[in-house]
Amino acid sequence: MSAIKPKHQRLVLLTIALVALIGAGLLAAWALRNQAAYFYVPADIVADPPEAGRAVRLGGMVEKGSIKTAPDGVTIDFVVEDGKARVPVRFRGITPDLFIEGSGVVAEGRMEPGGRFVADNLLAKHDENYVPREMAEMTKAQATATVAETR
Amino acid sequence: MIAELGLAMLWLASALALLQLVAGALALTKRGRELAGIVRPAAVIQGVLSAGSFLALIALFLRTDLSVKLVATNSHSLKPFIFKLAGTWGNHEGSMLLWVTVMAMAGGFIALFERRLRDDTMLATLAGQAFVSLGFYAFLLLSSNPFERLAVPPPEGNGLNPLLQDIGLAFHPPTLYLGYVGLSIAFSFAIGALVTRDVGPAFARAMRPWVLGAWIFLSLGITAGSYWAYYELGWGGWWFWDPVENASLMPWLAATALLHSSTVLAARNALRAWTVMLGVVAFSMSMIGTFLVRSGILTSVHAFAVDPERGSFILALLAIYIGGALALFATRAATITEGARFAVTSREAALVVNNVMLSAILGIVLLGTLYPLLTEAFGEKVSVGPPYFNPIGAIFFVPMLIVMAIGPMLRWRDDRAGRISGKLALPALAAALTALGLVSFAPTIKPLPFLGMALAAGLAVASVLPLVGRDLRRTPLPVYGMVVAHLGIAVALFGVGSDSAFSIEKLVASRAGESHKVGPWQVTLRSIEPVAGPNWTALEATLAATYDGGRLSLLRTQSRNFTTPPQLTNESALHTRWNGQLYVVLGEEADDGRWQLRLWWKPFVPMIWYGGLLVGLGGLLALIGRVARDMKRSRAEDKIAYRRARQGR
Repeated sequence: MSAIKPKHQRLVLLTIALVALIGAGLLAAWALRNQAAYFYVPADIVADPPEAGRAVRLGGMVEKGSIKTAPDGVTIDFVVEDGKARVPVRFRGITPDLFIEGSGVVAEGRMEPGGRFVADNLLAKHDENYVPREMAEMTKAQATATVAETR
Repeated sequence: MIAELGLAMLWLASALALLQLVAGALALTKRGRELAGIVRPAAVIQGVLSAGSFLALIALFLRTDLSVKLVATNSHSLKPFIFKLAGTWGNHEGSMLLWVTVMAMAGGFIALFERRLRDDTMLATLAGQAFVSLGFYAFLLLSSNPFERLAVPPPEGNGLNPLLQDIGLAFHPPTLYLGYVGLSIAFSFAIGALVTRDVGPAFARAMRPWVLGAWIFLSLGITAGSYWAYYELGWGGWWFWDPVENASLMPWLAATALLHSSTVLAARNALRAWTVMLGVVAFSMSMIGTFLVRSGILTSVHAFAVDPERGSFILALLAIYIGGALALFATRAATITEGARFAVTSREAALVVNNVMLSAILGIVLLGTLYPLLTEAFGEKVSVGPPYFNPIGAIFFVPMLIVMAIGPMLRWRDDRAGRISGKLALPALAAALTALGLVSFAPTIKPLPFLGMALAAGLAVASVLPLVGRDLRRTPLPVYGMVVAHLGIAVALFGVGSDSAFSIEKLVASRAGESHKVGPWQVTLRSIEPVAGPNWTALEATLAATYDGGRLSLLRTQSRNFTTPPQLTNESALHTRWNGQLYVVLGEEADDGRWQLRLWWKPFVPMIWYGGLLVGLGGLLALIGRVARDMKRSRAEDKIAYRRARQGR
């Protein structure tokens, strides 16, 4: 195999590297727009629901008295609310330790055509120091909202 | 008294770093040449002092001296010895002290032993190293003093996050830090070579052992972290594309590229500007990783303290070092003359493809990690996970694997494709047979695991081919290192493919005595009983499992309740066979007295971590080989110099 014309070797290498890196960047940008899971609160879901099957995250409060365990013992249904809207959620699995009624939760999953949210994964507060990023803010916003309402 | 001593040593070390920087910089000028003599001693003493300071902190933690704020907030007198020790670096201040200690000791080490570099490049390197250290000394002393005292010591400490009270995790942070900091040495070498315009094989040879060492620690650290996430979090996964994980993966990708390009530079004097650039990029990735993890921008078990001041401090350091290095590179890049040329089919060309692909993957991971932060600035909250990383990464990973199989068989400079095509038949056959087997026995397999396992089989065969036809006793150790490391990648990839293709998961609510089938396993819940440990109480489930009706094995899984600080953790139970792992997690008690159990059968999953260990072992073999040869060479040179001196007399 013959060598590339010596004079151009550096230029050729540089071009190949740039094309590959820019290609990777464009591909990544395109994929990010399509694959990133957007964060919704119940009010957003009711106002402008994401297409069914698309991976999204839903964050809010677990409504008091809404957690129900199905007869199989591992499927649970509950309602996530944010004071403005309610979204029913189904989850199969072991719930995180601090998943309790009246507390915050972030559910990763997708909307079903019937308007129910199916969660693959639940994130709750691990401890005082470990709060999902979206939830940390949400609870603050909700705290101020609650204070405003009770006034 | 110990705390004050530690703090004093830290201040002295930082003063010496300043001296090292100023003297090193002045010694490069004509008038300051006499100062050259103090640079090396300054680096050595700085290393000793910071090591002393870190030992002082360890002593405080072992004695549980609660009058020190850091100990009071992170330790507890009842904690087992090993976690008292690990508690030293299981917090923000202690881990930053570990960082500067390792950095200063590495600088001292170079000052003592590095003899290959030109004198002025050596001075510039040590000055650069001091410049980087100074930023971290300032960070420690001004905003994260680990030795701060409390006016009123509390009666008892706060304890360590229970998730971190794990033997594997005790050694995970120091391992990663050694990797990060090793890359800071590569960075200093790159700066030194740029300053004195001395980018050549000597620079690559001096830098390579540090890159290798860093790379070994990063490989092992990532492997250990992944295994920890696997068994401690109880989610059955081994990699979540969590920003914290990406923070350790990005420096590894950059270090892998740097390792390969520095080999080209050392052996063939080509890829000069590119290697220097990667030296800068690799440490930049370590700093970005540290920033992401420690600034509190991301919430995770790693973000010890959310303090905006610290975040901005690290960001400022990041901007100064990366910006400064890139500016230096921009002004000097044109003066780096072009290296030796090579043909399209040559080992160099294969390594160029490897480097470009690794850089592309690095870019993809970086964009995916930063994207949520960018969109949040515009008010949109998103998270980026496997649906992005897996397919987009694979687009570049697959060609890289193919080149990885071919490259080691190519000759340097110029080669004919016809010469090696016969050798490539065997790996191609292995890949084809695996593909055929998968299609016939698992027709529903998804494309990515299918591709991964077939390529893994091909790569496994291809990676040992460089040894075929060689005199094995005369083969240099670095060649063995390459073979073992490449084989490790193949082994890990096979485990990854098998886990995602063939894992069987079962979620049940079970009473004691009930039996469940998971793949080839029959698992029976025997009992649930309370147990107690030194600083926790737990409910422990005992399960009996048989594989295919064979011998009975007992598994115990716990739901632990820690008292200081109060927290629940799930301790998963694992049973490992040669062909996979049974994984059990205990959940909650349902209202009717049944217990939730999550059961997995994961065929060949341990290969992921065995592969990671092989990669580290390969690196170690290469490092031993390189260091041994360097020592031999310098001894030979000493002898010649001695003889010449005698003859001259």
